[in-house]
Amino acid sequence: MIKYMIRRLALAALILFVAVTAMFLMIRAVPGDPVQIMLGPRATPELQASLTAALGLDQPIWKQLVIFYSKMMQGDLGVDVFSGRSVTQIVMQQLPYTLELIFASIIWSALLGVIFGAYAAANPNTFWDRMIAFVSVSFIAAPAFVIALLSLLVFAVQLRWFPAIGVGEGFWSRLHHVVLPAFAIGLSWVGYIARLVRASMLEVLGEHHIRTARAFGLAERRIIMVYALRIAILPVITVIGVGMGFLLSAAVFAEIVFARPGLGKLVIDSITTRNYPVVMGAVLVSTGLFVLSTAISDIVNAWLDPRSRQSL
Amino acid sequence: MTAPLLQIDGVTIDYNTKKGNLRALRDISFDVNKGEIVGIVGESGCGKSTLISTILQLLPQNAEWKKGAINFKGKNLIACSEKEMRDMRGKDISVIFQDPMQSLNPVITIGRQMVDIQHRSTSPYVEKWQKAIDMLSMVGIADAETRLKQHPFEFSGGMLQRIAIAMALMSRPDLLIADEPTTALDATLEVEIIKRLKDLHKEMGCSILFISHHLGVIAELCQRVVVMYAGSVVEFGSVDEIFFNPKHPYTRRLIECDPGHIKERAKRLPTIPGEIPDLTEALEGCIFQERCSEIIAKCKISTPHFVSVGQNHQAACWLNHNQEPE
Ligand SMILES: Nc1ncnc2c1ncn2[C@@H]1O[C@H](COP(=O)(O)OP(=O)(O)OP(=O)(O)O)[C@@H](O)[C@H]1O
Ligand SMILES: [Mg+2]
Repeated sequence: MIKYMIRRLALAALILFVAVTAMFLMIRAVPGDPVQIMLGPRATPELQASLTAALGLDQPIWKQLVIFYSKMMQGDLGVDVFSGRSVTQIVMQQLPYTLELIFASIIWSALLGVIFGAYAAANPNTFWDRMIAFVSVSFIAAPAFVIALLSLLVFAVQLRWFPAIGVGEGFWSRLHHVVLPAFAIGLSWVGYIARLVRASMLEVLGEHHIRTARAFGLAERRIIMVYALRIAILPVITVIGVGMGFLLSAAVFAEIVFARPGLGKLVIDSITTRNYPVVMGAVLVSTGLFVLSTAISDIVNAWLDPRSRQSL
Repeated sequence: MTAPLLQIDGVTIDYNTKKGNLRALRDISFDVNKGEIVGIVGESGCGKSTLISTILQLLPQNAEWKKGAINFKGKNLIACSEKEMRDMRGKDISVIFQDPMQSLNPVITIGRQMVDIQHRSTSPYVEKWQKAIDMLSMVGIADAETRLKQHPFEFSGGMLQRIAIAMALMSRPDLLIADEPTTALDATLEVEIIKRLKDLHKEMGCSILFISHHLGVIAELCQRVVVMYAGSVVEFGSVDEIFFNPKHPYTRRLIECDPGHIKERAKRLPTIPGEIPDLTEALEGCIFQERCSEIIAKCKISTPHFVSVGQNHQAACWLNHNQEPE
């Protein structure tokens, strides 16, 4: 298991390296002088030259890459062109808000989705199974921005149960603030996960080892929650790991609608002001998050399913 | 005379398949008496495993109960609630399923599974664990202590089969059902396990329903034999009657084709020509007609019913009817 973890994390590091290098080269390959774009058309040549040197853009490309990596290793992602603050600092300041939003969304939607899906699979073709199917499909079909705006109107403006904007301070206040955006982001995931769990659960319940468990008189609840769910949940974990990418982009819009600080908001703001180092830093951290989350989901799968430790 | 432990009476099961209704069990009837070992033989696909699932009421979703009754210890299993059935499974009836590779949970350790099936016992965890160790050692798995912490994929097919046997023997059932429990074992182990089953039978006096392709094992272990073909029982009787005085052409072919029975070195192993008929198609007359070398006109017209052909021996073949006045 430990060996598997090490190998999987090494693979993640490799993937991250390839992805970041590709990103770096792509940005450099885009036509146009980034310095000119940053400084605008009316900058003096001296100013341009000094910024070019400061950014290391006068060096050959491989050297730039080496410098970039050696700085990154030290946690230095460059400086904000406007404020002069460290990009690392800016990104790390915003990161927790995005993380708490994403985790809140995943946790509530996975919990509910798994319960719905397992219940539906345990009672197939009953009234509640059909009801859950109907609700799930509606959840999947509902556009997140509509849910966001509606929940904002209903729960924040009319009922005043939850705050409409901001992130709050202190654990309870932050939790209070994260409810509505996490609700909006997670809702379609509830439906999606419920459908997924139902399908994989039904398949597992038809397997021979489940019949064995039943033949020994094990309680049906235990069979479903332990003997079957442990296998049926595997694809869900993979999907959540990969879904991190979608969640990150969903977070962008939720942060705008609910006026929350966070990575998404940071990226949007930086793009509109052409603040490339910040964009680059934020995208880099997001990529890292994505690679890490797929690695974690694989590791969790390997922990649940010893067979998959064999691969890799 | 006391009532039989298990009475199967006219059980008929269909599977709903894309091709239509697959008639997996057709009017199956036989008994298992207290303390008796009954063998079931028949080619692959003749419905032996389906019969087991039927007795346990663990048929797959697409199975359809047509008719019949199953009595176990005087209880009608068909009328039992799911809870009543669950209370009996693993306690009064134990099963060793065919295909041990797929019959154990792939993501849970063997030890955990062996402890879990002792859910009715109130003894502490360590005692259950110790019992699992003892049972594994009993079926000849060395180093049971560490083996218990492994998952099914870390074992060979033969080992898993032995584990399945150990699990079924953990409780003291009234009826032990074994579905080809020795097919993945080598000859020595097979002998060992058969001996173990015999001892157990003597010691606990449980009834055993033993399914096997292997006629030698059936002859060795069982007192009575049920011969199945394409979802039907075609002949049943005591071991001696079935092996030395078979009255159904199918039984005769089976015995002729048994590798253990062939004395001289043949170039090719004899086989029964043809194959099991498509069970989804309706067939007029005897189920064995297409492969029977002794076919008479009547076989194509109506299904033969059972007649007594010896002491405790019945066969369903028109050839036997000729000897009797009708
Ligand atoms: N779930 C199912 N759905 C549809 N058909 C099935 C199903 N299970 C079994 N069958 C069919 O029912 C028939 C009997 O199958 P069964 O498994 O009972 O045979 P068997 O005698 O145990 O064979 P074997 O000796 O190979 O184990 C076969 O034709 C099989 O294809
Ligand atoms: Mg079978």
